[in-house]
Order: sequence, then C-alpha cells, then structure tokens
Amino acid sequence: MPLIKIRDLHFYRGDRAIFEGVNIDIYRGKITAIMGPSGTGKTTLLRLIGGQLRPDRGTIEVDGQDVHKLSRSELYELRKRMGMLFQSGALLTDIPVFDNVAFPLREHTDLPESMIHDLVLMKLQAVGLRGARDLMPSELSGGMARRVALARAVTLDPMMVMYDEPFTGQDPISMGTLVNLIHKMNDAMDLTSIVVSHDVTETAEIADVIYLLSEGKVIEKGSPVQLKRSSSQWVQQFMQGLPDGPVPFHYSNVSLADDLFAQEESA
Amino acid sequence: MIETIRSLGRWGLGTFERLGRGHLFLFRTLAGVPEIFLRLSLLVHQLFSVGVLSVFLILISGLFVGMVLGLQGYNTLVDFGAEESLGVLVSLSLVRELGPVVSALLFAGRAGSALTAEIGLMKSTEQLSGMEMMAVDPIHRVIAPRFLAGLISMPLLAALFSAVGIFGGFLVGHGLLGVDDGAFWSQMQVKTDWYDDVLNGVIKSIVFGFVVTWIALFEGYDATPTSEGVGRATTRTVVHSAFAILGLDFVLTALMFGEG
Amino acid sequence: MMQNKSTEITVGMFVAAGIVALFMLAMKVSNFSEFNDDSGYQVTAEFENIGGLKVRSPVTMAGVRVGRVSDISLSSDTYNAVVTLSLYNNFDVIPTDTAASIYTAGLLGEQYIGLEAGAEEEFLQNGDVIDLTQPALVLEQVIGQFLFSKAEGDE
Repeated sequence: MPLIKIRDLHFYRGDRAIFEGVNIDIYRGKITAIMGPSGTGKTTLLRLIGGQLRPDRGTIEVDGQDVHKLSRSELYELRKRMGMLFQSGALLTDIPVFDNVAFPLREHTDLPESMIHDLVLMKLQAVGLRGARDLMPSELSGGMARRVALARAVTLDPMMVMYDEPFTGQDPISMGTLVNLIHKMNDAMDLTSIVVSHDVTETAEIADVIYLLSEGKVIEKGSPVQLKRSSSQWVQQFMQGLPDGPVPFHYSNVSLADDLFAQEESA
Repeated sequence: MIETIRSLGRWGLGTFERLGRGHLFLFRTLAGVPEIFLRLSLLVHQLFSVGVLSVFLILISGLFVGMVLGLQGYNTLVDFGAEESLGVLVSLSLVRELGPVVSALLFAGRAGSALTAEIGLMKSTEQLSGMEMMAVDPIHRVIAPRFLAGLISMPLLAALFSAVGIFGGFLVGHGLLGVDDGAFWSQMQVKTDWYDDVLNGVIKSIVFGFVVTWIALFEGYDATPTSEGVGRATTRTVVHSAFAILGLDFVLTALMFGEG
Repeated sequence: MMQNKSTEITVGMFVAAGIVALFMLAMKVSNFSEFNDDSGYQVTAEFENIGGLKVRSPVTMAGVRVGRVSDISLSSDTYNAVVTLSLYNNFDVIPTDTAASIYTAGLLGEQYIGLEAGAEEEFLQNGDVIDLTQPALVLEQVIGQFLFSKAEGDE
C-alpha cells in the first residue's frame, strides 16, 4: 500500500487549471521524483500534500488519512511526521543554525536542553555542518542553508521528507553533496522521499520512480531508465533538454506573417 | 462605462475581502495570545524589539514637543496674564491628546513599519510556511507575541512621552521663561484629573497600540511575498495607521470628553 | 531559543520606566493623590441655581480646600439642585449653620463652593444638610435685574 495516494486531483488558481485529474502513488522507502517544466505546479503539489492548500476536487491520502478531511489538530499531528525542505531553506533568519535545527524539538517536545543539544549535533553531523552551529543563516551559502534545513526537516524523525527544488541554483559541488545526502538520508533513516525538480540528470541519479507532469496531467511515469527509453516525443524533449519539440520554442501567438501584415495595415 | 463599474465592483469586493481577512486574522491572533503567558521569553524578546527600540525616539520627541508647548503656551497665556496656568496647558495637552496621538504616530513609523517588514520578509522567505509545515502555527508563534508586545508597549511609551513632555514644558516654562515652579505644578495638579484626563489618555493609547500593531502585523502577513510587495505593505502600514489613529482619536475624544 | 540576558534587562528597565512615568502622571501631574482620602463624609445642600458647578468641583473654606462636589441631582419637589459635598475627614469641626455659596474663580474661571462657618456648637455629620445656601450668580440675570431697577428708578 502506498504511503501517499493522490486520486483525481483537481486544483485551480483563478481560472487557470494547475491540476486536472492527477493520480500519483508514492511508495514507502522509495525516492519519488515529480518532474516537469517550470510552472506546472510542482511546488503546489507539495503544499497540497502538506495540507497548506485545498484541492478543488479529488483526494490526497497520507498514511491512510485523507489530508483535507483532518481537523486542524490532526493535520498538525500529521505534519510532525512530514518533513519539508523549502527551495530557499526557509530557515528562521533571527536565530543561529543550532536553534534553527532545535526549533521543532523545542516546539513539540519537553526534552531537556542537554538531550536537545545531543540530538541537534547528531543531525548537524549527518549533514556535515556540526561546525557551523553558531553561524547565523545569513552567513551560510545557499547549499549550506539547504543542508541545515534538511537537518531541521529530519529532527523529529519523520516518515517522509518533501524536497522542493533542492538542486536549483547550486554549484556542482553542493549539488553533488545534496544528491548524495538525499540518497543517504533516505536509506539510513528509512524515509520516504518526494523530490520536486526539473534538474533531469541529478534527479534521475537518485529517483526510484519519476512522474512527469505537464499542463495539469501526468504525462509519463516510470523508473529513470524507462523514461529515457520512452517513445513519447514530449518525454524525450524534456529528458534531453531539447529547445524545440512538442513544447514549442515560441509562446503561442498568431503567425509571424499575420503579425507583420497587421502592422502594415494599421500604419 | 461598463468597465468602470466593473472595476469599481472589483475594488469594493477586494476591500471587503481584505477587511474580512483582517478580522479573521485578528481573531486567530487573539486566540493565540493566552499561550504567550506560558512562554514569556517570546514576549520579552518582542517587547525588546517593539518597545525598547522605540524608547529613544519617544523620549526625544516628547521632550521637544513639551518644550514647544511650553514656549507657545507661554506666549499665548502671557497676554491674559495667566502664565501660571502653563502647567495646566502643558499637562492637559500632553496627557489627553499629544501623548497618546503623537507617540502612536511615532510608534507606527518606528515599530509598526519594522513589524510589517519583518513579517513580510518572513513570508517571502517561506519562513512562515516553513513553520506551518513543522506543525507550528505562525500566528501563535510569531504574530501573537508581537501583538501582545505592541499592546503593552504603547501605553508605556505614551506615558513616557507625556512625562518627558511635561518635564520639557517645565524646563522651558520655569528655567527659560521664569514661570513660578510652585504655581506650575500646583495648578497642574488641581486641573488635571486622574480619571478624566490621565486614565482616558491611557485608554486612548491602548486602543492605538491595538490598532497600529494589528494593522502592521496584518499588512506584513498579507503582503505579496516579493520585495516590492513588502515595501508597499510597509508604506500602507504607516499610512493606514496614521488614518486610524487620527480618526479613532476623534471618536474617542468625542466619547470621553464630549459631555464636559 | 537562547534568551539574551541584556535583552531581558533592558525590557525590564523599559517596563519599569513606563510604570514610573505613569506613577509620575498620577502623583505629580494629576489629582490622583486626593482620591486616597475619598472616605470623607457627605453632606448635601440645595441650591436654586448652581450655574456651571460640576462634579469634582472644589469645596473651600476661607480659600482652603476642604472637599469636593461628589454628586449633583435635581430635587423633584422643589426643582432645586441637590449637591452632595464630600468633605475630608480632617475637617470635621464645621458648624451645622455653615453657609454654602457658589463662587467663580476669577472672571471666567470654573465655579466652586465656598463655605462660611457659622457659630453653632454642633458640627456637621455624615448625611447632614446645609440649609443656608446662596445660588450661583448668573450674569444674564444680574444684568437683567440691574437694567430693570435702573428703568424703574428713572420713572
């Protein structure tokens, strides 16, 4: 039985459809990647799973519970078992790294300070930033901030972690570090990981299953190998990063000839 | 024509929507306030950034406002041979009006805009939604302590403003213009009423503190999460606060002092 | 969250300073201190006209403040104003035949009640009534009377 079961998901932003009938299964212990061009609502999907947004139709079940039928306190209980890594890291900027990682523990547990200290250092050690515990978030590089955020996301030992664009805007070294970390964390802590990304190479390296989304629908799903062999032109264009193909280079428009002609006419 | 009516309608709906959101926000904030008493360190931290950091501005402004009142009041009163009433004039002006109103305006400019910018920034850097995903309600954890801090700070700041202002008026009146200090204080004591003047002034400043902090926090929380949006929200905080303070001041004054 | 010691101290100082300022407004600026001896005794007096007298207007005797007006009402029998005076406990030897008049402080100043001591051996108690009263001067009436008598005199 999958940990997360998304059925017939519809979501609209104003008149624009973000999802129109999306079905996704996310299995325990696996790394599932959700990929697609920018603007396909990948981040929106994570917010829907986390219960921050409400779907217009369809259901999302996490660990057997329908996320959007839960009461507020039940939802908060569920969220304690979900970790989320935001694109920006979303560290609290007014407190140092140590307190950031300790934040969920201090909010949700009554553990003594000495135990919090040990737990935080263990998590920081896992992401290789034990030495950075006294730095303020503003003193961290983007990659370090994401690693701290990752340490924070797993402080409560959640059952799953959602990664929102973890590789965007990283230099190759910290990109490699993050790829490695996500993979290792997933195995070592027996997590279920959901990675939202459009970085094909990195994601394909670690994902067990990839869902390709475009225009509100699941276009293709399968293992990275299956996807690379897909016969669909669209999938090929996305996986190989071709500039033109089923997704046109030109923003939809009247034909160039018509446009030029119209100008002449009005002049 | 149709387009004008349409945009007017949209504007009206938008205004009501914001008004509704603002009140729901307030109710959720108020619901979070009792928790704060269990975690006073959160409150202390906010009292520092909301209250203490405004003290210097309030003291300096209060002193100057009081000194100006002393000078202006003296020049008017001396024509009637009533310069002994300078103390009354200074104390009543400050305690009833200028103390609560001017300190609230300064508070909106100093602490209010800072609150909006801070909350707006936390929103645009996903800190607020990050908290939500960590099962921590940002309204309880971030907004409520700031709200309570504003509510507590404002009357204290207004009292400081009035006290320093009266001292400033005394400095000018007695030190510079030679008004008898006995008359200054005794007349003031006779004519300034604890309930009607001082307590009503305190009530005013509590109301202003409530409204300014609410506006500031809501604007931050409701800001478009971009740097431009936060900038605009900060401006709105100062403008809306000023309107609210002056409008409410009229209403409160009419209620409190209207019947003479 | 690590709480900075100096933050706590400055916040403490801020709150203390605010309370001190309020205290100063209470004791030094306003008449708050007078409310401490609010347990004075009450006497009433009926006036034909109280002019601009208000609750909390001062009550003086030979210029010394001995109490304040605590209540003003209208008698339904005589249509006179019934003024309750709250006199401080330390002025407890005021004769029963004391007269109460309403005066104006200065030309345009506020109105207050002046007491002139009588000669009785008995003193006013809580709940007593002052019988001898003189109403406030209403400027229009005074001028009207003056003009009237002037006109009569001319005839």
